[in-house]
Amino acid sequence: MTALLSLQGVSKRYGAVKANSGIDLVVDPGSIHAILGENGAGKSTLMKLIYGVESPDAGSILWKGQPVTLASPADARRLGIGMVFQHFSLFETLSVVQNIALIVPGRQADLARRIRALGAEFGLEVDPEAMVHALSVGERQRVEIIRCLLLEPELLILDEPTSVLPPQSVARLFDTLRALQARGMAILFISHKLEEIKELCDTATILRGGQVTGRVTPRDHSAKDLATLMIGRAMPPPLPATPQAQGEVRLELSGLDYINDDPFGVSLRDVSLRLHSGEIVGIAGISGNGQQELAALISGEVMRPGDAIRMMGRAVGGLDAAHRRRLGFAFVPEERLGRGAVPDMSLADNALLTAHSAGLVQRGFIRRGPERAYTAAIIAAYDVRTPGPEAEAAALSGGNLQKFIMGREMMLAPKLLLASQPTWGVDIGAATDIRQRLVAMRNEGAAILVISEELEELFQICDRLHVLHKGHLSPSLQTAATSVEQVGSYMIGAGA
Amino acid sequence: MSISFTRRAKASRVAMLLAPVVAFCCAIVASVILFTALGKSPGQALYSLLLEPFLSWYNFSEVLLKMAPLLLIAQGLAIGFRANVFNIGAEGQLIIGAIAASALPVWYPMGDSAWMLPAMLVMGAGAGMAWAGIAALFRTRFNANEILVTLMLSLIAAQVLNYLLLGPWKDPNGFNFPQSVMFPDAALLPILLPGTRVNVSLLLALIASVLAYVLMRHRFSGFQLLVGGLAPRAARYAGFSETRAIWMSLLLGGLAAGLAGASEVAGPLGQLQRSVSTGYGYSAIIVAYLGGLNPLGIVISAFVMSVIYIGGDNAMVSADLPVAAVWVFQGLLLCFYLAGLTFIRHKVTWIRRKVAP
Repeated sequence: MTALLSLQGVSKRYGAVKANSGIDLVVDPGSIHAILGENGAGKSTLMKLIYGVESPDAGSILWKGQPVTLASPADARRLGIGMVFQHFSLFETLSVVQNIALIVPGRQADLARRIRALGAEFGLEVDPEAMVHALSVGERQRVEIIRCLLLEPELLILDEPTSVLPPQSVARLFDTLRALQARGMAILFISHKLEEIKELCDTATILRGGQVTGRVTPRDHSAKDLATLMIGRAMPPPLPATPQAQGEVRLELSGLDYINDDPFGVSLRDVSLRLHSGEIVGIAGISGNGQQELAALISGEVMRPGDAIRMMGRAVGGLDAAHRRRLGFAFVPEERLGRGAVPDMSLADNALLTAHSAGLVQRGFIRRGPERAYTAAIIAAYDVRTPGPEAEAAALSGGNLQKFIMGREMMLAPKLLLASQPTWGVDIGAATDIRQRLVAMRNEGAAILVISEELEELFQICDRLHVLHKGHLSPSLQTAATSVEQVGSYMIGAGA
Repeated sequence: MSISFTRRAKASRVAMLLAPVVAFCCAIVASVILFTALGKSPGQALYSLLLEPFLSWYNFSEVLLKMAPLLLIAQGLAIGFRANVFNIGAEGQLIIGAIAASALPVWYPMGDSAWMLPAMLVMGAGAGMAWAGIAALFRTRFNANEILVTLMLSLIAAQVLNYLLLGPWKDPNGFNFPQSVMFPDAALLPILLPGTRVNVSLLLALIASVLAYVLMRHRFSGFQLLVGGLAPRAARYAGFSETRAIWMSLLLGGLAAGLAGASEVAGPLGQLQRSVSTGYGYSAIIVAYLGGLNPLGIVISAFVMSVIYIGGDNAMVSADLPVAAVWVFQGLLLCFYLAGLTFIRHKVTWIRRKVAP
């Protein structure tokens, strides 16, 4: 049997970084093939090479045994390769069928009929006339998949498809993928979630640091074995969970309403929560359900006068971010470059950005010595891999920059810390380290609010959980007394 | 076939420093072609434009005289440009500064108080700030674009100048020329280099350069401006006030331009005339960018630009170049520099379309 797609010694470098080196990959027709690896292992680069977004520096790509040059995604689509990206590329102001008609030739009436037919066959039901902005994330993903299927590909690539889905929708997606496989389609499934891969995939190619570290049949291996191949060492031990006496209320949201000016943004309705010193409270939910809006309202980047938000016992609705920080608030935002850090500035200057109150400024003058020392301390304590404090923030990898920002905010010893996606893009070892430090801060009496998409992480470190769905916050759930299923049902708005 | 520009992770430092030099050479080459096409002798033109300013002490002192206002205004503008606040109306702020400074000698043409000159400079700087402050108010209150507001305020300032010189402030013994009375000695800036027209405003401009350097390099408020320019969302995240950045940028730009205007009337002009507005406010924009918006670089670019000014005057006489030739040369310089920056910051790749088999 000729392989559908095979890669031989494919390499790609970006500057000094070898994103892929000497990758060999064989995808058989009708198989579900996993590409497993941590963030930064080179999965996305590999997919870009296969989908023609980038060209390899070395090596060759063979399609049904014939060498091919993929200069653009259009070339890849012509061969029969379709791809569903992690971030959807749909126009929100157009309907489903209009979006699809932009890529797929044919009259809209015919397309609508074919969309319904495909939906019925593969469990991808979606109303062709619906406007995209009104669709849930799961439905949008279905639109993306349908758009690929209409071009009748022989290979479908899915980049981290489950990261945006609530647990219930994952099972449904897997049914769809199995139905497609039964029709003879090959699927490349990119993920870092071990259990999913064991459940769904026939073969897995494991990447680490841009190289293939294993080719296995996932069903025959334990999650622990796969993790070892993926991160190069055994999984870190779980965190010690010690219950903690609660102190004063550090953050209180009471009936917070927020009408978003952006017609496609999320408005918040009657959001209430209390956060005490000595506890970690998590906000679960799929991105795009009001997390960004909530974080900006708490941080002071968006100000709404009133006393719906109280910090350390003070109404802070009319205070800007700098004032709130003076009360003992610190914040790690979701976006690192351009918000949490200035890309074109050195790490030292990026430390100054929010840590200026830590003795780095005297009478309006920047004290370069303490600035450097503080930066060096962050770099050392949080294992930031960088040449030094003079390195530009943009030159750091996402994970390293996250460690730096996390360190900068935590070293301020805040009374109240808001961390949005604290371990997103960070390797497992560093993620565990960050979580341990959060728990340690809590044990020392800090109040911590964590907004995260990773349920596993929230269950690991949080005392209590809330779920945010379409701008509405669920009641408080004691982590120890709740289940993933219960949180999952709040995530899709089904309630308890 | 298509071209794609991708941003480089890090721009080369050497290339950044070389860019103005390369732009300068390209501008020379382009103008040689242009001058030849005009039927002028390019050798003679370049000689007058670039060498003659250095060949006599008088010419060189005139270069220094021109340099003072250009340097002062450019330093003020560069602060705002780095904070992404684009004050394009320094010309208007200069005019208003010149008018305000002229009020005292116009009202007291026989004044001999030692306080006259300092008061004029303060009034000029203050009026420049106030004029720029209008744009800051409109921007922060009504979100009106400061580029348009400052530019339009310049046109208003020019009309105010015309009104005063043709009406209330016209010298009664001035044969109906649109100019004010000659200022008394107490209203004139002391000469810095004896035997030339170079006055202490050059010193003021150099002091301003040092202050600008300290502000942008060592003051936390300067750092906040830089963050606001480089990453507005990071500034909001850190709680650096955008309103404050807008006010500070425009007021400092207005202050510098107003002071430059005051120094012109209290310096080489010695009276208020229409020729106080010769486009320094616009040329200073080019100076600021050619200097890489860096206080030290601006000192160099201000000098180069002054050479071109004086050289251009010479070239009009000795090489018979039209007056516009200098403006064209300045424009070429800026174009080549900006093009150069694009190549430094971006990698250009030619993509040849290959059809897959």
